[in-house]
Amino acid sequence: MTDSPKSPRGAPILSLRGISKTFGAVSALTDIELDIHAGEVVALVGDNGAGKSTLVKVLAGVHRPSAGTIRVGGQEVTLDSPARAMQLGIATVYQDLALCENLDVVANLFLGHELSPWNLDEVAMEVRAWTLLQELAARIPSVREPIASLSGGQRQTVAIARSLLLDPRIIMLDEPTAALGVAQTAEVLNLIERVRDRGLGVIMISHNMEDVRAVADRIVVLRLGRNNGIFDRSASHQELVAAITGANDNSVSRRMERKEART
Amino acid sequence: MTAPLDRADQRLRADDGLTGALRAFFDRVRAGDLGMLPVVVGLVVISAVFTALNPVFLVPNNLVNLLFDCATVGIISLGVVCVLLVGEIDLSIGSMSGLASAMVGTLWVNEGWPIGFAILSAVLVGALVGWIYASLFSRLGMPSFVATLSGLLGLLGLQLYILGPTGSINLPFESPFVRFGQLMIMPHWFSHLAALVPGVVILATGLRRRARRLRANLSAPAPTGLILKAVVLSAALEFAVWYLNLGRGVPWMFGLFVLLVVALDYGLTHTKWGRSVLAVGGNREAARRAGINVARIHATAFMLCASLAALGGTLSAARLASSSQQAGTGDVNLNAIAAAVIGGTSLFGGRGSAWSALLGVIVIQAISSGLTLLNLSSSLRYMITGAVLAIAVIVDSLARRSRISHGRA
Repeated sequence: MTDSPKSPRGAPILSLRGISKTFGAVSALTDIELDIHAGEVVALVGDNGAGKSTLVKVLAGVHRPSAGTIRVGGQEVTLDSPARAMQLGIATVYQDLALCENLDVVANLFLGHELSPWNLDEVAMEVRAWTLLQELAARIPSVREPIASLSGGQRQTVAIARSLLLDPRIIMLDEPTAALGVAQTAEVLNLIERVRDRGLGVIMISHNMEDVRAVADRIVVLRLGRNNGIFDRSASHQELVAAITGANDNSVSRRMERKEART
Repeated sequence: MTAPLDRADQRLRADDGLTGALRAFFDRVRAGDLGMLPVVVGLVVISAVFTALNPVFLVPNNLVNLLFDCATVGIISLGVVCVLLVGEIDLSIGSMSGLASAMVGTLWVNEGWPIGFAILSAVLVGALVGWIYASLFSRLGMPSFVATLSGLLGLLGLQLYILGPTGSINLPFESPFVRFGQLMIMPHWFSHLAALVPGVVILATGLRRRARRLRANLSAPAPTGLILKAVVLSAALEFAVWYLNLGRGVPWMFGLFVLLVVALDYGLTHTKWGRSVLAVGGNREAARRAGINVARIHATAFMLCASLAALGGTLSAARLASSSQQAGTGDVNLNAIAAAVIGGTSLFGGRGSAWSALLGVIVIQAISSGLTLLNLSSSLRYMITGAVLAIAVIVDSLARRSRISHGRA
């Protein structure tokens, strides 16, 4: 286990101190500490039930923490609703993306935030959509096709682009590559790097260690609702698995050993 | 000059010009995005069959009567489009229209209220009923199917209660209200002028939109297609008006109906409200997460539906010059829903347009008028109308399946 690597620049834009969340007698999160800086990708990893989803929901304003403080840009804040989280610049892309398949890309990007509500400005919205997608170097053939005709990776791109439309400071991605093939995964990872290069803080939740190590500047491991180490991307697979499962002797490492023994 | 902003991707086929537009149209149809096509085909077949059986069908005055009937059911159907778009249903529209007709009869004739107030109060009661359905749905989680089915009985009971033992009230024939529902026809010069409006509007808005898109470096279709569309539409409408003017002419009531269709179409396609309605019908959870107040969208859809049903009911009272216990019963309910579905509004939510009420109701009323001319008993008429509705829903389901497999949702 290593110490936290040096932060890329200045004060964190989001910092959590002593965050706990209990559901009845179960404590889903205990004393979580987390710092996110502008322009870095932080991966949140952990086994099932480690508290990743609970932490995301706390940050998205869905659950209120039982204890602890959240600071955004140095100011202590209360995230009591998804709208409040969005207002503070925390955007969330959920795993199921929540896109309307019957509407086209432009309509989905601007859903709930249409320009000139009484006489929709389709031209301005389309121009803004193309500019945003080109900034992200996203490959969407047409923004006037319904979402249903797009591939999984393109849908993920639309969902990420939508979260960027409101100019957030932090964007949280829940399993962005889980449902994607090899090429589409690479595209989404490129997209994540470009979002980071725009100076946003990115929180990425993933089960895929390869993807995590490919883009994350720091890897935060949760285990049974507690911090269980912070790694940089040079951490070995074994180190990560050990931190996630909580032991050097686990089913993953035993498999690896058997495999090495055979070869 | 660089490629337009939206044509930078080489994988996208550019459907420019007339052949391109045709190719895009055939692709859409093959993928199950049928739009208005079934209606047009249906109308041609229906007219051919009924004219062959009884030439009176195509006589101008029969078509004028058809338009009078279209207006009342069509306005009810317009409301149905709203609830279908959010993926819900209102089965009590027939009873609502009957209740409205009874209210107008008692308030205006028996109580002596001014006719305007009587109509307004009927429409407001409609809005209230719609609000109750929406509240039952979003607060108590009561399926709209059940809530409105109980509304069907409840409102019918209220209608019978209001009318009391006499059972029917005759409305004065010479009043402007009844004349509006039975006789009032646009002056010929006015109807010809009105028939030009759609073409001019299409051309003007199309050219302005094209100019804006070009200025914003987006691709825009060549104006030839636009001009062709406007000319063909104007010619068709002028011909229709000329033909109707050989008989009595174009009813004002039908004009009111078309005006309401245009207003709803603008609301659905050009406002944030309309976008939210489509989003709620397409994916309720996604709409909620996008910050749309889903309960409020439901409330507006149900309230619009019941208010329009009430307005349609008052107009059908004017059409029949009476408020009776039979108003709104029988096939009114199903005709209004069938019209919306036949016109291309999906029963599954999120797809459709205000125009489907107009086109669908013309199909439904054409069938009904043709069957009446054949002097068929109502037993046969019910069976035939039922079969047409079944075919329309089958086409909708098949098209939906094809859209899913072609990635068009």
